[in-house]
Formats: sequence, C-alpha cells, structure tokens
Amino acid sequence: MEKQTATLEQALELGLLEEEFEQIKQILGRTPNFTEVCIYSVMWSEHCSYKNSIKWLKTLPKDSPRMLAKAGEENAGLVDIGEGLACSFKIESHNHPSALEPYQGAATGVGGINRDIFTMGARPIAQLNSLRFGNLNLDKTKWLVKGVVKGIGDYGNAFGIPTVGGELQFDECYNINPLVNAFSAGIVETGKVASAISYGAGNPVFIVGSATGKDGIHGAAFASKDITEDSIEDLPSVQVGDPFQEKLLLEASLEVIATGDVIGMQDMGAAGIICSSSEMSEKGGHGMDIWLDKVPSRQKNMKDWELLLSESQERMLVVVKKGEEEGIKAIFDKWDLNCAQIGVVTEGGQLKFYMKDELVADVPAESLVLGGGAPQYEREYSEPAYYQEYKKFSIDSVEEPENYKEVAEFLLGHPNIASKKWVAEQYDSMVGAMNTSTNEPADAAVVRVKGTDKAINITVDCNSRYVNADPEEGCAIAVAESARNIVCSGGEPVAITNCLNFGNPYNPEVYWQFVGAIKGMSKACEKFGTPVTGGNVSFYNQSSDEGPVFPTPTIGMLGLMEDYKEKMTLNFKDEEDLIYLVGEAKNCISSSEYLYSYQEVKASPSPSFDLNEEYKVQQGIKALIQEKVIESAHDVADGGLFITLAESAMAAGKGFDINTNGNFRKDAFLFGESQSRVVVSVKEEQKSRLEALLKENGVTFSRIGKVTSDSFKVDGEKYLSTQEARSIYEKTLPSALN
Amino acid sequence: MKFGVVVFPGSNCDEDMIYVLQSIMKQEVVKLWHKDTDLQGCDFIVLPGGFSYGDYLRSGAIARFSPIMEKVIDHANNGGYLLGICNGFQILTEAGLLPGALLRNKDQKFICKNTYIKAANADSALTKNLNLDKAYKIPVAHAEGRYFASEAELKTIEENGQVLFRYSDENGNLDDTFNINGSLNNIAGVMNKNKNVFGMMPHPERAADNALANTDGKAIFDSILSYIG
Repeated sequence: MEKQTATLEQALELGLLEEEFEQIKQILGRTPNFTEVCIYSVMWSEHCSYKNSIKWLKTLPKDSPRMLAKAGEENAGLVDIGEGLACSFKIESHNHPSALEPYQGAATGVGGINRDIFTMGARPIAQLNSLRFGNLNLDKTKWLVKGVVKGIGDYGNAFGIPTVGGELQFDECYNINPLVNAFSAGIVETGKVASAISYGAGNPVFIVGSATGKDGIHGAAFASKDITEDSIEDLPSVQVGDPFQEKLLLEASLEVIATGDVIGMQDMGAAGIICSSSEMSEKGGHGMDIWLDKVPSRQKNMKDWELLLSESQERMLVVVKKGEEEGIKAIFDKWDLNCAQIGVVTEGGQLKFYMKDELVADVPAESLVLGGGAPQYEREYSEPAYYQEYKKFSIDSVEEPENYKEVAEFLLGHPNIASKKWVAEQYDSMVGAMNTSTNEPADAAVVRVKGTDKAINITVDCNSRYVNADPEEGCAIAVAESARNIVCSGGEPVAITNCLNFGNPYNPEVYWQFVGAIKGMSKACEKFGTPVTGGNVSFYNQSSDEGPVFPTPTIGMLGLMEDYKEKMTLNFKDEEDLIYLVGEAKNCISSSEYLYSYQEVKASPSPSFDLNEEYKVQQGIKALIQEKVIESAHDVADGGLFITLAESAMAAGKGFDINTNGNFRKDAFLFGESQSRVVVSVKEEQKSRLEALLKENGVTFSRIGKVTSDSFKVDGEKYLSTQEARSIYEKTLPSALN
Repeated sequence: MKFGVVVFPGSNCDEDMIYVLQSIMKQEVVKLWHKDTDLQGCDFIVLPGGFSYGDYLRSGAIARFSPIMEKVIDHANNGGYLLGICNGFQILTEAGLLPGALLRNKDQKFICKNTYIKAANADSALTKNLNLDKAYKIPVAHAEGRYFASEAELKTIEENGQVLFRYSDENGNLDDTFNINGSLNNIAGVMNKNKNVFGMMPHPERAADNALANTDGKAIFDSILSYIG
C-alpha cells in the first residue's frame, strides 16, 4: 500500500490506547495507515466492541426453548411465538447525540432500532421509549424534552409504526446527560428470517438506501466518551434522519428478503460500512473487496475513511446470490432507492477497501469484531461509600406528614407520576390498527399479531433511583416490575432486552454499579424464565462537572398472549366493586418518590423486595386473570398504593373509598413503594373465588375498600374529587412545556 | 363493489384500510400503485393516510402529481367515488378536488387521540346512515389538520351542505374547546359539490374492529355500502 503509515499520536487522538495501537501492529504485521487506524478506532470503541462490558454480559441467562436467535447472534433477539411466527425485539440508546441535538438524536435512535428489526426480515409492529431528563424546571431540560419528543414523534409517525407506551423520569442527575432509549418489536415468519451474514465467493455486495454523506463520522467513538464542554465540537457526529427513506427501505428490504435471493443483510448503524462489512464477513467466514468510490455519496470528494465510517442513516449492506442482481435492483428501483454494487465476497477473511484502484485498507474482518480480535477488558470495581450509608436509613427518622391530602396532591402532580399525555399524544399510537391499549389501558401495551388471535405485551421499566441505592436489588426490581406489568396485562413474560446506561466504566465505583446490576438482572431473569436476548450498553453517561447519571439498566420485556381477548385492563369498572391489595403491605418508604421528593430524604436503600414473594404474587395474579375472577389489575409502583388506586380510578372516571391498616404507618401504607403488590377490583359475587385462588397460591392479600363514583376517600376522609385529581395529574407537563 | 386503495411512497394507513374493507366489510379490494395508470375497474377509490413523499414540501403537495392521480382525477370528474382520509384528504385539497386547505394544528404539534365527530348532514354516502345527534368516537393523528377556507368559500360550502363532519364533545356539543386542531367551523370533513368526493381528517379505519373496543367508525363504512350498494 502506498498510503502513509499512521502515528501513535493519531491513534491516541482517535481514542485508541497505546497498547491497542501495538496490538493492531501485531495483527497486521506492519504499522497501519490512517484509514486503518480509523477502522480500528471505531470498531474497538466501547460502543461497537463492548470491550469493558462483554465479560459480564456473558454471565446473563440466554436460553429458553423459545429462543431462535440468542444475544449477540443477530441484530436483535428472535423469539418463537408459535404458529410459524417469531418476534424480533430490541432496545437501544441514543443518549449522547440527544444531549447535543435532541431532535435528530432521538429521531435517529428510532430509525436505528427499527432497522435492527427489519434487517432481520421482521415488520415492526410497535415501539416504546424510555426517557430520562434533568430537573423539569430548567430551561435546558424543557428544550431537551421538547426536542426529543418531537424527534421521536416526527420519525416514528412518518415511519408508520405505532408508539404504544414508554416511561419518562426526571432527576437532577440527568441535567447534562439525558437518556433516550428506543425499543421496537416486529413479527416475522420463522422461515423468512434474514441473517446478518456474508459468504459465497463471487457474490455481489450492494449498498442500498440513502446516499452516504459526512454526517455521523466517528459517532461510535463520540458515544464512547464523557460529555464535556467541548462535546459541541462533536456535533458533526450527530446523524440526520429521514423517516421517509426509512419507510421505503423497510418496504423494499422486506420485498427483497421475500425473493429468497438474499444471502445476508445488515443495517448501517454505528461505524457505517466498516461495521456491517466486517461483522457480516466474520460471521460467514469470508472476506470482501469493496470499492469505496462506487458508494453513492451526497458530497463530492469524500475521503476513503469518511465513506467507510460515515453513519449516514437509512442504509443497508446486502449480499445477494450471484446472478440475481437484476431482480434485486428492480425492487429498489420500484421504491426509488439507491442500489449500487460496491464489492464482492472473497475467499479468506480479509477486507480490502479500494478507492478507484488504490488499496486503502487491508484488514482481517475477524480482528475487528466482538468475539474475534476486539479487545476485552476486566475492569476493577469497588463499593462506593454511599451504599452502606444509604442502608442506615430508618423510617423512624422521618416524621409522618400532618396533611395527607397535601401529600396526595403533591405526588399526583409530581413530574415522575403525573400524566404523560403531553408526550404520548404527540406519537401516533394507533397506526396499524392493532394496538388494543387505546381504548382499554393496561399495565403493559397489548398489541395484536395480525392474522392470529395472539398478542404481544410489551413494557419498558427501570426505576433508577432504586438501582442507584442498590444496583443488584434495584435491577432485580426493574426486571420484576416489567414481569409484573406483563402479568397484570394478561400476558406471560417471555424474554427481555436491556439498555444498560451507566457512567464511565474506568471509574471503579461506576463499574461496581454495572456489575451489581448485571447480577441482579441475572437472578431475576432466571426466576421469571425470561432470558436476555440482547440490547445495548451505553457507558460514559456523565458530565465533567456533575458526575455519572444514576445507573439505569432499562429493561424492555416481551410477553405473549395466545388470545388477545384474555387481556386484563387497569381501569376500575363499576361502583361497589371490591378493591383488594394483593401482596403484602410493608412499613417501608425507602427510595419512594414520597421520601425522595416530598420528604427530601435522598439517602435510603432500595425498597423492600423479595424475589420469591414477587414470583408468588405474579402466579396469583395470573390465576385470577385466567379464571376470569377480577375486573381490573394495576401494579403498585411509583407513588405507592394511593397513586395506583388514583390511576385505576381516573382511567375509569370513578372514585374509591379505602381504609388503611393500623399495623403500618399510614404514609408507608399509602405512599411506600415496597414491591410485589397489585391492586385488583372484583365483583362482590367473585369475592370467595378470589380469596380461595390467592390462598391456593400462597399469596397474602387484604380487602381494602370499594370502587365509588367520583372521589378519593381514605379512612372516611375525602382527599379530593376524581375531577380535581385529574386536573392536578394532567396539568404538570403541559404547564411546564407549553 | 370494488375498492381501490392507492399506495403512495410514504402511505402508512393503506394496510389498515385494506384490512377493514376486506376482512371486516367483506369487500373486494385492490392496491393501486402510485406509478401505475390503471384503476383496475374500481368503483370506489381511497387515498389512505400517511406521509406521502415524507410530506416534506407540504402535506399532499407532491403526491397529487403521481402518475395514478391523473386517472383518479378523471374518475372523480366522471362522478366516481373518491375518499381521502388524513393525508388522503390533504392530497385531495392540493389536487383541487375538494375545497379549502389543511394547515398546521393550532398548537403546532402532532396530535393523536380519540376525538368525537358529528355528521353535519345525512345527504352523503358517508353519513346517510349516521345518527345526526350522536357523537362518533373516531381517532385523529395529524400535524396539519386545521381546516381553512376563504370566507366566501366557507360560506358556499356551508350553504351547499358540503360539510360532512364537525369536531364535538362526547355529547355532540359543538363547543370550540373540543375543536382539537382549530379548524374553521369545527370542520373535520368535507365533500365536493357533486357529493362524490369526500375528505376527512379522523381515521374511521382505526375504529372499525371489535378487537380495539371501538366500532364507531364502522358506521361510516356501513353507510357507504348501504348508500352505494
């Protein structure tokens, strides 16, 4: 090669470590040139290589009889749902781009996650998102929320896949570094799954979709460092999305896969052409010759490394059976998309990139990828002092509130609890006409699988306050809450995907949080039989001055219903229906929104939680739903029992009248967030069946009151009318954001 | 009756419309590709919702130039039935087949929610069978749905009885509070003078299936079938 060799300084500048530069020299048997150093810098970045997380990720449970593609094997997990169908689902972060440019950052996050689904041949049917921002009173937060929500909406709405739910949490730890996690699920016939693989020497390699521009170059490297004042200089790392192209690419890709002439296909996300070509080649044990000058480009005179690394959106790399080129081209032509042959598959595992006739990079595919030559590190970790400090908290140090009505109003209007309608109504939640949650809300979104009686139940959950207080328990709770939401909506938990948002992994205390979360996730996933099908790790969520965000391992869970009509809803139904608390009340206010925000006590452990007790409660709820005993089910989560009752009542335009229990502090009973509790309502005549079924399942329960017409009453005292509650609940976000 | 649903690049409610017409209303339906110029003998053409050509210039502004539109316009001018929902409605106003225009919502945001609409008259295929006192729960999903027409045009439309639907509350009150996007006279749908071309922003195809616990939209399809036969 004629290109000049690269220097160590250049390698360091691109984010490689000195020992990594040495390793590259050994692999190549020579000093790499600049283009090759660029290649290694992105492929070995945290974002692509998982170099600081993979050791621990490998300890997560991956198996179940339903698993068709396990974690790391394809672009997304693939789960058998019966009748010859499979569900592909995944969650991914787009935190760093969204911190700088919320609109495009969030929009391209939605685009990227959907490409991961349809590159496997699955048609996306529903999306969720999990968002975290700083203090809502800050102008910067408002700007970020508006931009992110508009970005998700504009992209998802035009793409035409409904956004059916999600979560939104505010805490000052996210002031600088918001979290934007996007989830998508799609359905594919098991015989028509496409793989991200390349083989067969002589087979043509195509690039399809949008033209390649200079946007997003080094995005993967940017996502692999802390956010600092200089981050704004990384703005060219943020990609620009085009949902119209994505919609065309979806239709064309599925049409092309249906021909049976596709060997493999992979979308271009982080690290662009180099990532797709190396991962597909490594998987198929082949190499590729690629002519970069044949890549359709948006700008003239793009450099070879720019073409290789560009993260321009809405593109795919497709390897096709030789001789079938014309048929493939005709399909992309029909959809008015670029389709250019840029290379061929070769024997051996070498990737050779040419610019005109000059060889500009010559690297073994295997050396670039996770599981191959990419580095894997063990990181040190140490328990931070706050962990034991938080455990010293005692409920006795907090005085009971004098005015319960005031607490009720405070919580109803708290941004973490208040209605998220301001956000949800900016998303098309109904396109596809399969989302059953529009008119019948439930704890998880229930979306029908067209052409069958089946439905998928999907939810995203993580209370990062709990995880911060105790990473292991907090993450187990996140899994448990997801499963509880699936079960309360009538589904069977099947599998999870995770989005692991943490600070800088080189900080031993941050890494301790990461390790704890993985351990907690493992044990909870084992218990619920929900293997981890994949997801994404996002480190470096921290700013130079404010430190790391709360550890936020967002869980995206997939549940399944054989018959969508068996769904359970969360809204109360009729006056005089009895209200039961299923699960045990506890004298616990730890890490509750009430303690943290109303009492302003930040240091307390994660709420009371026992995995076995949780499991039993869920089995009890399943039995009640299967036997058609109950009218509604809603799990107790943020804001505690009172908020759960309020939500079931407001969704129905009804009220409730309940009594607290003298064995517990009233604030703990009403606002505590101890886990493994569900509020159900039941007709008087089903009372004995309910009690018998719960006893059979060994589940603690208590009758706490009944459904009424239009007010919230506790121990005979009216706290507020349903109308008043709703106006407080629905006012918070609009008044902050309009 | 044979229905044809036009598929533009960026249409995304085409499949929902086909599902309702075929599986629920039991009608013959074909897809009409925007690059084709043959209506395949369809009696009733539907322009579905979505974001044709990304809606990048102005909603519906480019789709009206698609090759198939020439035939669709001929079909309408010859008295054939033509219905545009959401983006389809926008295309029909851009093509001049329906009066008025659809502007950005009054609060400048995309809005997706259940709304209530009331039929303004029973003198059309869409509204013949509807109860004029009932508010029908039909969802909307649009950023540009604020109906606008010049004062003179609006007067003509009203006098000719060309208004199909108006936004209301759940009891059918035409209060301005429930005019979700700021449309003039709460207008949610209109027809042409000859009463064979219809446009509406709400999506009846999203409210026609028992499985979604709302079948108010099915009444509109029932009305079409009973009117036209």
